[in-house]
Amino acid sequence: MTRFVLGRIGFYTLIAVLLAFFTIPLLWLAAAPFTSDPTYEVRVPDFTLDNFTAILEHPYALPSLLNSLVLAVGTALLVVLFAALAAYALSRVRLPGRDALLYALLLLSSIITGTAAMVPLFQLAVELNLIDSQLGLILILSGGLLPAAIFMLKDFMDSTPKSYEESARVFGASPLQIVRHVVVPLVRPGLATIAVWAVANVWGNFLMPYLLLSDVEKQPAAVIMYTLYTEGGQANLTLLSTFGLLYSVPVVLMYLFVSKKYGFRFHGGIKR
Amino acid sequence: MAAIELRGLTKVYPGGVKALDSLDLAIPDGEFFALLGPSGCGKTTLLRTIAGLETATGGAVVIGDRDVTGVQPGARDIAMVFQDYALFPHMDVTDNIAYPLRIKKVGKADRQRKALEVGTRLGLDQLMDRRPGQLSGGQQQRVALARVMATQAKAFLFDEPLSNLDARLRLEARTFLKKLQRELGVTTVFVTHDQAEALAMADRMAVMEAGHIRQIGTPAEVFQRPANTFVAAFIGSTPMNLLDGTVRGDTLEVAGCKVPVPVSAEGLLVDGERIVYGVRPEYNTYSAEPAEGSLGGKVAIVENLGASHLVTLEVGDVLVQAVVPEGDEPELGVDGFATPRRDRALVYRDGELVSA
Repeated sequence: MTRFVLGRIGFYTLIAVLLAFFTIPLLWLAAAPFTSDPTYEVRVPDFTLDNFTAILEHPYALPSLLNSLVLAVGTALLVVLFAALAAYALSRVRLPGRDALLYALLLLSSIITGTAAMVPLFQLAVELNLIDSQLGLILILSGGLLPAAIFMLKDFMDSTPKSYEESARVFGASPLQIVRHVVVPLVRPGLATIAVWAVANVWGNFLMPYLLLSDVEKQPAAVIMYTLYTEGGQANLTLLSTFGLLYSVPVVLMYLFVSKKYGFRFHGGIKR
Repeated sequence: MAAIELRGLTKVYPGGVKALDSLDLAIPDGEFFALLGPSGCGKTTLLRTIAGLETATGGAVVIGDRDVTGVQPGARDIAMVFQDYALFPHMDVTDNIAYPLRIKKVGKADRQRKALEVGTRLGLDQLMDRRPGQLSGGQQQRVALARVMATQAKAFLFDEPLSNLDARLRLEARTFLKKLQRELGVTTVFVTHDQAEALAMADRMAVMEAGHIRQIGTPAEVFQRPANTFVAAFIGSTPMNLLDGTVRGDTLEVAGCKVPVPVSAEGLLVDGERIVYGVRPEYNTYSAEPAEGSLGGKVAIVENLGASHLVTLEVGDVLVQAVVPEGDEPELGVDGFATPRRDRALVYRDGELVSA
């Protein structure tokens, strides 16, 4: 009996420690921006807005969030468009060695934007005059995300019954009409998933923009965050915490919006 | 409105499976035609090849006066109802019915008016702004029918149109479908694996087995005079009695009993040859006493069919079934006799019907 009680106590202590481990940074992120002169400890905030004034005065902070938005939305659009077309074709057309191709793509994707390809990618961007260009960065980020996106979307496409498309085909719809009228609406939750996933990926990507964008006016928030130091070379916690909060809010809002709007429902209509 | 003609139609799937083996079939304008067969016999492949969803390996499909063998499905002037109806789940009933018109670039107002018109005719006018997911199976089927009606196609193809409905609704839908087809007068081909459905609805039907058509005819012809033992065994809610026998002069020796040669085979049999004697349980008269030309045995099973009973007799080591009106059903284990109607019994030689 004593052993059981001790076991329970130990178990809950462990849970509490684990919870604290994850909660405390979040609490800090919520509290520090509203605290004057924040430190590493979590304190009850005095609800000052001075930190926000300070971050607004920072010349690159707000524009960098806009840069992040441009990069994320641009990449997401490209990834959704190309992944949808590629996944549809791969799902519906019988190709010899199709699955091998998909797995090869998936493997390659982790290499493209990974550390291993840093130097060749940089050289490629220089050769193509895409260095210091947001478009170039969007293209490279899209290239990195596409294989996994195609892989995920193909699953969605596979699970939608073919008879919808065949039905549209018999009524005379062209392949592009079928994609627009039938396939896209049916896999919309899948497209939303891919878009969210792409945005979140780009939003948090530090290495690629750091490598390819040297103009501070074009750099996204993830890179600017790295420059928030005091004159003394110490991390500027006032700016860091406030910027961190501003940086995370859009992503959280996006998740809430998308899961409310799309969720994972499948409209009925077919008995299988 | 158009006739459909198939000439030597062959479909071989990659891997060498021959789904259709050189089929010839002519369906006149306005006919309600059934393709019937067990699963895997190629009936759905045939329908899909007519629609153009499968490409023929050989032969030709002619709709109206036009050879459409190499033509895209959308350009064949046909409309199809799929087994699962394939109603677009993200569109309401109006948009679903109007979809073929949208493809034909009909204006929005025009196609909505047309959709309402067709929908009203099928009793869907209260449901026009619902999604397919909010409709019952029967309503979904009517939306699918309304959608093909809106196309003004020359021919309709239905793939198992009733199989997704529950049993009671199926009977209702059967009558409804037949009436609708008659009113529209559009050539319609439908696929079914349910022989009762084919018999009830079709003007004519083709019975298929393993990529071949085994018999084409009106439901009455197919039911009364199955051209071979496959069709004989497949058609009928109670399967036909098919009994091995031998010709003995002007009688047949079947299961140890002597029965007269059926009218249809008179003068066509050779003494001593081995045949298969076929008679439907409905055409057997049951009696407790032996009669001239009857098959006698012990009553082994009595099955209730509602207004009648299906009695199974053990005659020697074979089973013979007879349909008995309610009230006349025998006790298990007693002696019973089934007398085949001479004008309805059939003789098969090497699996094919013997007839003049």
